[in-house]
Amino acid sequence: MTRPTSEAEYLARMVPPSVRGVDRRTLLRGALGVGALLGAGGLAACGNGGTSGQGVPTGAVTGTVTVGSNQSDAVPKAAVKAYMDAFSKANAGTTVKINTVDHNTFQENINNYLQGSPDDVFTWFAGYRMQFFASKGLVGDISDVWANMQGMSDAMKKASTAEDGKQYFVPITNYPWAIFYRKSLFKEKGYEVPKTLDDLNALGAQMKKDGLDPIAFGDKDGWPAMGTFDQINLRVNGYDFHVSLMAGKESWTDPKVKKVFDTWAGILPIHQPDSLGRTWQEAAQSLQQKKSGMYLLGAFVAQQFTKGAEQDDLDFFTFPEVDSTIGTDAIEAPIDGFMMSARPKNEAAAKKLLQYISQPEAQLLALKADPSVIATNDKADTSGYTALQKKSVEFVKSAKSIAQFMDRDTRPDFASTVMIPAIQDFIKNPKDIDGLLTKIEAQKKSIFTS
Amino acid sequence: MSDQTLTSNPVDPVRARESALLRPREGGARSGRRWLLPVVLTIVSLIWLFPLLLALVNSFRDYAYTAKNGYISWGGFTLDNYKNAWEQGDFGLHFWNSAIITVPAVLLTLFLSACVAFVVARFSWKINIALLGFFMAANLLPPQALLIPVYRMFRSIEVPFWFSESGTLLNSFQGLILVNVAFQTGFCAFVLSNYMKALPKELYESAVIDGAGITRQFFQITLPLCRPALAALAVLQTTWVYNEFFWATVLLQQGDKFPVTSSLNNLRGQFFTDNNLVAAGSMIIAIPTLVIFFLLQRHFVAGLTLGATKG
Amino acid sequence: MATTRKYKGIDQLSGRDKIVVGLMVVVPTLIVLWLVWLPAIGSVLLSFTNWDGIGPLSGIKTVGLKNYQDIATIYPPFWPAIQHNLIWLGVMFFIATPLGMLFAVLIDRGAAGTRFYQTSIYLPVVLSLALIGFVWQLIYSRDQGLLNAITGGSTDWYGDPSVNLWAALLAASWRHAGYIMLLYLAGLKGVDPSLREAAKVDGASERTTFFRVVLPVMRPINIIVLVVTFIESLRAFDLVWVINKGRNGLELISTLVTQNVVGEASRIGFGSALATIMLLISSVLVFVYLRIAMKED
Repeated sequence: MTRPTSEAEYLARMVPPSVRGVDRRTLLRGALGVGALLGAGGLAACGNGGTSGQGVPTGAVTGTVTVGSNQSDAVPKAAVKAYMDAFSKANAGTTVKINTVDHNTFQENINNYLQGSPDDVFTWFAGYRMQFFASKGLVGDISDVWANMQGMSDAMKKASTAEDGKQYFVPITNYPWAIFYRKSLFKEKGYEVPKTLDDLNALGAQMKKDGLDPIAFGDKDGWPAMGTFDQINLRVNGYDFHVSLMAGKESWTDPKVKKVFDTWAGILPIHQPDSLGRTWQEAAQSLQQKKSGMYLLGAFVAQQFTKGAEQDDLDFFTFPEVDSTIGTDAIEAPIDGFMMSARPKNEAAAKKLLQYISQPEAQLLALKADPSVIATNDKADTSGYTALQKKSVEFVKSAKSIAQFMDRDTRPDFASTVMIPAIQDFIKNPKDIDGLLTKIEAQKKSIFTS
Repeated sequence: MSDQTLTSNPVDPVRARESALLRPREGGARSGRRWLLPVVLTIVSLIWLFPLLLALVNSFRDYAYTAKNGYISWGGFTLDNYKNAWEQGDFGLHFWNSAIITVPAVLLTLFLSACVAFVVARFSWKINIALLGFFMAANLLPPQALLIPVYRMFRSIEVPFWFSESGTLLNSFQGLILVNVAFQTGFCAFVLSNYMKALPKELYESAVIDGAGITRQFFQITLPLCRPALAALAVLQTTWVYNEFFWATVLLQQGDKFPVTSSLNNLRGQFFTDNNLVAAGSMIIAIPTLVIFFLLQRHFVAGLTLGATKG
Repeated sequence: MATTRKYKGIDQLSGRDKIVVGLMVVVPTLIVLWLVWLPAIGSVLLSFTNWDGIGPLSGIKTVGLKNYQDIATIYPPFWPAIQHNLIWLGVMFFIATPLGMLFAVLIDRGAAGTRFYQTSIYLPVVLSLALIGFVWQLIYSRDQGLLNAITGGSTDWYGDPSVNLWAALLAASWRHAGYIMLLYLAGLKGVDPSLREAAKVDGASERTTFFRVVLPVMRPINIIVLVVTFIESLRAFDLVWVINKGRNGLELISTLVTQNVVGEASRIGFGSALATIMLLISSVLVFVYLRIAMKED
């Protein structure tokens, strides 16, 4: 028999068989009765939704629903509380219990968390990792929540779908990666937004003459440079090859991959030198201080700029075109959202909560915390958006294909133990590309075949 | 002349020894150069303190100011960092969690390792070497290697719900305390056994002749004499268990159960870190370990041992 | 209430005493066995699998020595990590530990202000890693750090793999010396002053007293300090992790284990193989120590 998952069930086990009914529902009802008799308190876990597979309840839900959140910063934490409170108000009788763990720890411990006693609903990201959990049975199928979802684009639905065709993820916010710059600096020096790789190189040369570092760069943490690789790969080889490479289906010694690194080596001279000792925050600060001209990063770079005039001075353009047959319609825009654990204690309320999260009301509350991201629901009211956010919305909407970022698109063990050191090696020594690719391929074979 | 034997000053050997040790040694350093030692030590101490002073000063500075003018500037002082750190990091709750974890863990560790060390040092049995090796080697593996096996083990051990609200040892303070104890006992047993070995057997002879059993020998002879070592270990253990983070994150699953080290992570933003705020938070976190250190420092100074049997 | 017992020697044990001694040994041993050794054996066994930490134990597949092969041949950070650990050991052994011992000896002399000195030197050990990391970042940062501001240079102390190990070692020695000082000081305080006074009466200088009288008596403590230095060098982890998670010139075996085991990467089998290698190296140390200890008895 499986381990009891709640106090009620535990107590139920103690009830002798002669008193117990046979099926699970009777068992639990009996347990609640016995529990009451024994004076046991604890979570009341049954909503009206009943057992799984019954879909999102249209009626009221009750009980406590637990939420695991990685939004540990002060402002996002308040925002989460705001929309969770709004949900409780809209559904009288439900309480939302938020379990906040600092974002780093939450991510690092996700395996242990999901295999322990996870909350009913928890924050996570779209991408490979989401699909991985689905295939391992660690998260719950929420296709029924998607059945009637309004305002989510097909791209969003695709990003929330696992290999078995079912949905396991509800998006809430996302943000694009692009090359950011300060409008005032460009105006002052008469720079123009580059459209092709040659334009970028020319602009870089111009900036260098003016005493600036053309492209800020800080890869001490290992992951920022992955963004550069992704962008170049999307431009040089296209979205399909990129996805395939991330999935381990292509060889890293393929000449296509070599071309990516060759291209990167070509523009490395216009990046800030000594990037391996510089954090991305320091690099962003060099952009803010007008010591560098451009920075390839996610929209969160705006957080390094003070609100108001400084943030409004920020603008971005997509990574320039390298191959005219491929163009620039593929972008990277990581999506954040929520998932449901495999065996939630209050499935009905959990699904209703997820449905609520997909709606504009909750999303706009989330945006209050972080004005550098945008809502994922198309129906969200964008009138309150800053200029940067409005541009992000356009940017994401007009993209044909959206990638999630290397460490979410491929196996995390490959991304962190192989790619991070490999890319750092490349930055240190951009000459030995063949040797590097052979090493990556050997390790990739070892990992992906396990 | 100072007479340090027990018979002439049975009332407070601790004080006698302490004052003897604190008195500058007569005729030690050549009198002209007696100032050299304090000067050297002061310089060393200041060098050692310098990085921390740098951080302390900056924890009182406003981030906007240092971001603009760099850290080598002067100005922008404020107490806000401390106030904000306390609130944002939810220090009240997490300090309490840390106390629940650290105090029992340290006490239990010291007690258990003293037991083992006593047996190993007191008796000359063949098994002693194996025992010592057993405990020492337990300390050699990086804890990270043991995280997952212990996690799995705890997850499968069922305990009653009044003991742990998850029904297993996972997500319980008791499990975390036990793990810390297991991990630190090896090191402490090893260190204490060496200190205890330095105690001469004659000490125990008089006790045994008096009819003292093992329990009395342990509590009345060995432990008091190991006071410096126990104090030093108490300081070290408190620091380690208190600052430990990996076990806590793996074995506890709820954010409001995490110890105070997680508060620092709460101060570190996902995309934006106010370093001065983190510095202030780190200073706050350091306070308990500093307090323990100052409280126990007296015991490093006093050392009473072998004189007890002379004369 | 002295029960008259026939004195047969100090190792005689009554029945009750035998139980007490038994418990004193068995309880700690069981706890350590259960929570350290069993998982350690589990770890060693896992090193022969490619488990990712998820799913039932029955679903684990064994891969024989593949992990070890991969580590030795295609895992680029491994051999640099071994090298760095050896350098770490050398610096700790020849510089940091003797420094700590020296401080302990100097402080033990009893000059005024001894508490201030002890506190200052020990403080780095007490403080959390986050603070230590911030502190040295203030000093070592390429763009905003003190060192470059004073020297006017632009050395990338943390990012340049040819200097960052030494930068980290400076910070580590700063910490390690305090830790050794504490252990050694406690040992020195346990040395009977009458020994020293006897030597002085005999006309020995401070130096001779220390080397001829105190040091030999401190032999068990000396051995502790040496073993602790070796172990800490092997297990060196915290500072490097805080700097850059042990990459780009700061690879150490313990950081490699952590990178693989902790976090989303979850290469439990592979990480366990790295940990087993660490265990094997450490076991050599334990063996050597036990030989020395056996010779004593």
